[in-house]
Amino acid sequence: MYRSHILICGGTGCTASGSGAVIAALEEELKKNSLEEEIKIIKTGCFGLCAVGPIMIVYPEGCFYSAVKPEDMEEIVNEHLIKGRPVKRLLYKETVAEDSIKSLNHTDFYRKQKRVALRNCGVINPEVIDEYIAYDGYAALGKCLDEYTPEQVIDIILASGLRGRGGAGFPTGLKWKFAAANKADQKYVCCNADEGDPGAFMDRSILEGDPHAVLEAMAIAGYAIGASQGYIYIRAEYPIAVERLEIAIKQAREYGLLGKNIFGKGFDFDIEIRLGAGAFVCGEETALMTSIEGKRGEPRPRPPFPALKGLFQKPTILNNVETYANIAQIINNGPEWFASMGTEKSKGTKVFALGGKINNTGLVEVPIGTPLRTVIEEIGGGIPNGKKFKAAQTGGPSGGCIPAEYLDVPIDYESLIELGAMMGSGGLIVMDEDNCMVDIAKFFLEFTVDESCGKCTPCRIGTKRLYEMLEKITSGNGTLEDLDEMEKLCYYIKNNSLCGLGQTAPNPVLSTLRHFRDEYIAHVVDKKCPSGVCKDLLSFFIIEDKCKGCTACARKCPVGAISGAVKQPHVIDTAKCIKCGACIETCKFGAIIKK
Amino acid sequence: MKNKLETLPFKGTPEQKEQLCAVIKEYKDVPGALVQVLKKAQEIYGYLPLEVQIDVAEGLDVPLEEVYGVVTFYSFFSINPKGDYKISVCLGTACYVKGAGDLYDALQKKLGISGGGCTPDGKFSLEACRCVGACGLAPVITINDDVYGRLVVKDLDDILAKY
Repeated sequence: MYRSHILICGGTGCTASGSGAVIAALEEELKKNSLEEEIKIIKTGCFGLCAVGPIMIVYPEGCFYSAVKPEDMEEIVNEHLIKGRPVKRLLYKETVAEDSIKSLNHTDFYRKQKRVALRNCGVINPEVIDEYIAYDGYAALGKCLDEYTPEQVIDIILASGLRGRGGAGFPTGLKWKFAAANKADQKYVCCNADEGDPGAFMDRSILEGDPHAVLEAMAIAGYAIGASQGYIYIRAEYPIAVERLEIAIKQAREYGLLGKNIFGKGFDFDIEIRLGAGAFVCGEETALMTSIEGKRGEPRPRPPFPALKGLFQKPTILNNVETYANIAQIINNGPEWFASMGTEKSKGTKVFALGGKINNTGLVEVPIGTPLRTVIEEIGGGIPNGKKFKAAQTGGPSGGCIPAEYLDVPIDYESLIELGAMMGSGGLIVMDEDNCMVDIAKFFLEFTVDESCGKCTPCRIGTKRLYEMLEKITSGNGTLEDLDEMEKLCYYIKNNSLCGLGQTAPNPVLSTLRHFRDEYIAHVVDKKCPSGVCKDLLSFFIIEDKCKGCTACARKCPVGAISGAVKQPHVIDTAKCIKCGACIETCKFGAIIKK
Repeated sequence: MKNKLETLPFKGTPEQKEQLCAVIKEYKDVPGALVQVLKKAQEIYGYLPLEVQIDVAEGLDVPLEEVYGVVTFYSFFSINPKGDYKISVCLGTACYVKGAGDLYDALQKKLGISGGGCTPDGKFSLEACRCVGACGLAPVITINDDVYGRLVVKDLDDILAKY
């Protein structure tokens, strides 16, 4: 019996912030004070508030320490754990009231969240199956095998209104129904953990924080459609998630929750992990299956749909990690419970990876239909450094940008599509006035040019041409006709590409053209980049008042473009300047600007 | 994106060749094993130069173009040698909007190599990567297993000096 439990985040974000060293230092301190038998350290998954990691919570008090360092552990052990006085300076600021300490759930970041898919993340130790079981783990699988026929399981999922969380939003129950209806000697259940959208890390956090939830859901899916084998296709770039999945699968097998004759009900189901080798297109369902088969991961034409001919030409269902994370709770709590959250057409919650120019970067889960403003201003804590919000980007390279005038849009599948953006897998990147939207469009096109598999011409060549047009514009050589040409090409690529990658690749261009046409016009007509990003359209200047005449910049300039006497303001010869930025880096007085 | 930028001559040892032959033998009759074999080959050599690709093609009896096709398809495979310290600059969206592009440019300049390349002494190699998932700490670079977050260009010299 421990008198105190300390939860420390072992997710990728906090690990990168140094939580490993914190744990080691804490263990050392506990040992020094012979407290190992009284206080237990638990390494959990992601708490969500990555911005202030490493994060540590001490129970039973529920003290939320943020941005802790190894050298703080001595004080926490001596003051808090021995003397019972929480170390106020290390507590997350918002939880400190006058003489009391507020619960985490009352902070702005957590108050409006509703954690369903992330239920166990940051709560249990993902490497111990008993902790998952203690939180009703595998009860849903037992209930399905015990009480429901496969048809009834599918009916429950249909009734819940759950839609695919990978981005497209196809009703999950329907997918299962189609696969169940096809007769075959072998069927497969696949999990898409090839989270390729840059800026999205929801799936990784779920797999790191609650891997059994995915395994249990895949087994339920296997029972529902009549499959005995599952595959999880996961990015090789996620070593912690892979390791925890391997541990989880091993433990589930030992407990008889995977393998032969599960719960003694004659149901066989096992899961294998397949590592992706780094190809964005493999997140597309047919490409993913081709890749599992050991080939170049190129997409295949549909139909036939995977429900009929998928992996190894057998009926297959493929769901996203977050979709699976909802399944067991729908079975346990009933479809009505799930359908009570969200909107008319989109039920439940959605996890978003909040990143970019926002104070509380991290992982948030909100009921679908929550206004974007709530997520950005309340949960996200607004934009840092007093800057102005310009746009929120959702859906990664397939998505679009939502400008400030639509901040009150409810986040659901249909509303975002109407704005030319999409729900996407959950990356939500905030941009401020310093980000150039033409440059952002170019950034995404560079990504899709890179990741286009090359199988079909509209995508392979079309995206390349589109990228070149953007390059022309950002280098100051674009014309107004180029904008129209670009729009035409966008629709051509969308209408003629084989798979989802090409069909959505022009979206970042279309959405920025729609909402930020003035920025494009500034680039092509005025030859200016209003945000000061596009290098070719900028010039460097020295502000006379700020320049002390220290000569540091003139000595650093590789082309001798800066002149001026000692202790006199210097000048940049813009004709000679190659805009390398060396002078800005060198200037100690912030006297050099680009505009 | 795979530029041919080999700055170091291929230096395979007989032991490595032996290991590769063993892998090829193990997978020779397994259908669709090419990706698996290439993963193991990269573990052995650290990268997949043409010399290794030819060995794999001949060993598995598949055309070299197919091997090259798979190698260049997946970004996990590299045809360029890696340095002792592999620097990856995250160019995911969250890092990009926070200035990762500047970090990448600065590193290319400081190391005197372009992205995908390796310094002549074999110490550093540089590449761009897509999202390491530490978006909360953007912009991020990784050097082997170390992650550095919330960076500005000025921090880079101190970081490089550690290696």
